[in-house]
Amino acid sequence: MSNFLLWWEQLKADFITCFITKDRWRYIVRGLGNTLKIALVAVLLGIVIGSVVAIVRSAHDKNIHEMRPGPGRTLLKIANAICKVYLTVIRGTPVMIQLLIMFFVIFTAARDGVPVAMLCFGINSGAYVAEIIRAGIMSVDNGQSEAGRSLGLNFVQTMWYIVIPQALKNTLPALANEFIVLLKETSVACYVAVNDLTRGGEIIRGATYQQLLPLLAVALIYLMMVMFFSWLVGKLERRLRNSDH
Amino acid sequence: MTTNPIIEVKDLQKSFGELEVLKGINTEVQRGEVVVVIGPSGSGKSTFLRCLNLMETPTGGSIFVDGEEITDPKCDINLHRQKMGMVFQHFNLFNNMTILRNMTLAPMTLLKKSRAEAEEKALALLRRVGLEDKANAYPSQLSGGQKQRIAIVRALCMNPEVMLFDEPTSALDPEMVGEVLDVMKELARDGMTMVVVTHEMGFAREVGSRVLFMDEGVIMEENEPHEFFAHPKCERLQSFLAKVL
Repeated sequence: MSNFLLWWEQLKADFITCFITKDRWRYIVRGLGNTLKIALVAVLLGIVIGSVVAIVRSAHDKNIHEMRPGPGRTLLKIANAICKVYLTVIRGTPVMIQLLIMFFVIFTAARDGVPVAMLCFGINSGAYVAEIIRAGIMSVDNGQSEAGRSLGLNFVQTMWYIVIPQALKNTLPALANEFIVLLKETSVACYVAVNDLTRGGEIIRGATYQQLLPLLAVALIYLMMVMFFSWLVGKLERRLRNSDH
Repeated sequence: MTTNPIIEVKDLQKSFGELEVLKGINTEVQRGEVVVVIGPSGSGKSTFLRCLNLMETPTGGSIFVDGEEITDPKCDINLHRQKMGMVFQHFNLFNNMTILRNMTLAPMTLLKKSRAEAEEKALALLRRVGLEDKANAYPSQLSGGQKQRIAIVRALCMNPEVMLFDEPTSALDPEMVGEVLDVMKELARDGMTMVVVTHEMGFAREVGSRVLFMDEGVIMEENEPHEFFAHPKCERLQSFLAKVL
């Protein structure tokens, strides 16, 4: 019993050292803010890049054999080739290496690491989102876009009003998963000195020589965020299902 | 007969890779005519219809609509499709939109109609087919017959000069065929120019001004319906009619 009391007292003291002394909890809060900022901007950027790449890729695969020779066809072929290179390179290299290249080769003069991290993770996520959305576009029945085209809507209008909304709905679970993966993956940004959540914990660890509590706190916060977003997506999915009883 | 055909087809050919589906089709459609195309499956009748608004790109020959060659690469096919309504076997209503939005999308986007104007026209058409209470329903809430009637009036919202029907009743339960044919008959009575691919011989006989029999990628026989069914000339048509009548 006295052992337990001793352990409990020690834990309390450690907690105070880790988070209360010198207001060290602020590292965690600041880090949490940056992590959320990076993940949210990156996922939006990823969806924009991913949608464009997915549209180019599926337009190419579906239509290239039917197209008449001309500038449109050549342009689509070039765009498709660029997209393929992008997908291969980004999905074929570790995000850590991409991050290091961004920081130490491309944006060497950047003072604030957060925007660079946003860009890096956005570009990285775009490659995965592209394949998710492409699968979503392929899953929308061809008749939907045929009906749009038969009314006189052009390719872009048909995609925008008819195909993409249905593709996004079909892929929402996969996109949500991608966001959750991304949210956790941003933790590697800590190794290029971006003040994210993981780095907040690392700073405390370095200053206090405490291991358990800072790491546990960081892990718990990631877990809570992921659980929150999973719940949010579940709600959204139920809302979207309203149009297909 | 007038000499101002709305559609003129000259030596139309279409191949899918090695497979030659259309082997030189020559015909014309006059204004106000109801042309019914029949034939065994695989005869190329759907492909022929889908070439008329370039849902399929012909591999040879030419098509003129209103005297303009739509098979010319310089022709803006989207403009032509606005005046050629199409109805599909599988309805192809936009699943992500209400019925009303299905009907107003193209007029608002392409004809720059105001929402009020487009909705007024849509509701008037819905009233004509007895479905005004479905304006705010989603396609998944309707029966096949209802969907197909909506698909017809959706095309009519664009004030087309020609309506193309690709086996409009083939995917319907038998008891729903009648309601769709009734709408088509009324349309024909109002003087709409129609090209109809169908297996409904009764419709062909009653409403058609001319019937085409297609087999093996060519028009084997064409005639006005009474003669066509009473005295079929070619042997293929005789044996086909013997099977289906």
